[in-house]
Amino acid sequence: MTAFTANAAPSRWRNNRAARRFMRHRLALLGLAMIIFLSLACVLGPHLLPYDSLYIDLRARFAPPLTGYHFLGTDPLGRDVAARLLMAGRISLLVGFFAMVLSTLIGTLVGVIAGYRGGWVGATLMRTVDGFLSFPSIFLLLALAAALKPSPVMITVIIALTSWMEVARIVEAEVRSLREREFVLAGRMLGLSGTHIMFREILPNAMGPIIVASTLTVARAILMEAYISFLGYGIQPPLPSWGNMLNGAQQYLGSAPWLAIIPGAAITIAVTSFNFIGDGLRDALDVRDDHI
Amino acid sequence: MRGFLLNRLSQSLVLLVIVSIIGFGILNLLPGGPLAQFGLDPGMTQQDIERLKGLLGLDRPIWIQYLDWAWRLVRGDWGHSFRDGAPVLEVIGSHLFATLLLMGSSTAIAISIGAWIGIRGATRRYSLFDYLATVGAMVALSVPTFWFGLVGIYVFSLKLGWLPAGNMSEIGDASILGYLHHLILPSIVLSLVHVAIWSRYMRTATLDAISQDFVKTARAKGLSERRILMKHVVGNALLPMITLAGMQLPSVLTGALVTETVFTWPGMGRLFLDSLGYSDYPVVMGLLMFSAILVLLGNLIADIVVAIVDPRIRLA
Repeated sequence: MTAFTANAAPSRWRNNRAARRFMRHRLALLGLAMIIFLSLACVLGPHLLPYDSLYIDLRARFAPPLTGYHFLGTDPLGRDVAARLLMAGRISLLVGFFAMVLSTLIGTLVGVIAGYRGGWVGATLMRTVDGFLSFPSIFLLLALAAALKPSPVMITVIIALTSWMEVARIVEAEVRSLREREFVLAGRMLGLSGTHIMFREILPNAMGPIIVASTLTVARAILMEAYISFLGYGIQPPLPSWGNMLNGAQQYLGSAPWLAIIPGAAITIAVTSFNFIGDGLRDALDVRDDHI
Repeated sequence: MRGFLLNRLSQSLVLLVIVSIIGFGILNLLPGGPLAQFGLDPGMTQQDIERLKGLLGLDRPIWIQYLDWAWRLVRGDWGHSFRDGAPVLEVIGSHLFATLLLMGSSTAIAISIGAWIGIRGATRRYSLFDYLATVGAMVALSVPTFWFGLVGIYVFSLKLGWLPAGNMSEIGDASILGYLHHLILPSIVLSLVHVAIWSRYMRTATLDAISQDFVKTARAKGLSERRILMKHVVGNALLPMITLAGMQLPSVLTGALVTETVFTWPGMGRLFLDSLGYSDYPVVMGLLMFSAILVLLGNLIADIVVAIVDPRIRLA
């Protein structure tokens, strides 16, 4: 097994180089800083603010930002927008993160099996991927959300079920190109099982593209949660999410524009940050630029 | 060409079958499944439901039910809306034009502006313009379409009063200008994400084309840079964009649904949400299948057009 341990040194060297390249990518660092800041604010913020996100104060309805005691103003029920924004951030970021974990797992599993087995198994799996991609994702999401009881866990699962295809395609292509390499042949000759070769020998070599794709999947998942919650089929009130905070905002657009502007800005900042990080990782890990 | 067409058509047919299997799966996930319409009726007892199941053949093996359902789709019998009993295909048809109009105008905006940004960025690589376009595209891709719509309504309808905040026309005003006036804001909102996508792809495609040998030849012939760019580079860079236009269809349809909701635009997206609100599942299922078929058709047409324009593909 010395042949395998010899790989460790260059791979650690490569990781260092990747880390250095990532640190040179200014936008990616900005994105990373924004995400750390947002996460800390969402975890700690609600404990520091004097208002509860669910506390209704009908005397303080529609208070504009920066005027009274409410830093970001209040909503139609007099609830503090800042407190709701931070609690909503917890939900939106968690849904985005776990939807990414789940969809990366599904996508990697499908991609590895399709790429390694090939033949009719691979063809069937990849055509299924194409089939799912033929549906506009929001139609699929809404139909599923209407069919299943919308809880945060179920919304996460539904988003994952409609966003694993991209990862599956990337992994399949990667595994297919690695399948015929010498180290795989060596593994077969050593009598390793197919599962061991697929997941322990081939998969680690495809980690770069998977990491990049899953960072971008977080961005996409946060957007998708916002879309379906805005449309009323995602996270249900009184639980706040960035999307459902915008749900009633349109009717107050003339009198209380901050209700629409603030949560939307939070979504845009979070999604942009993940996209920046993904871009930096793509440069750092030297992943081919097939996508945007 | 014939071999290419047959090959491509059979691929589309296989995909159509897979798409229909996914659709049938979702139909059976819906509360009440194919019988959802009767589940809402308080006059129906459990026995009535059982009897209906027998009558409609829902006690048969699942694959026979699927074949039956798929065969009805093929024949154009997509069921009837719960709301007014109209055939689903007719209901969809009456909303199709508004959506196609919105998608068409926003795609036109996205292609022209996106291509301009992409070509300019590629010819002035690493300039300030190129850098700003790259960062701007990443931000544009991150803006939720519905939020951009709300901000647009706030600025251009409520504050400036230049553009209408919704609907397709004023009541009693059926002039073309009236329609165009209503079309401006939603098409710009829908096009934002796709301007970003087109500009990125166009930049890559232009850079690819610039480094080709025929550009060197054209330069050696002494053609002007402008002529080289317009005729040799852009012509070749635009070719992969036809395929891209087909590939973008699902995302344009997703954007259209959200845009139509914000702007109360009477298209397929609004119809989908309204039907979902009424639990009008035949129309929901119809729209789900219809949009997927639209996407398959769009990709097929794009591939055929590319094959007509580019002999390398149809002969390969």
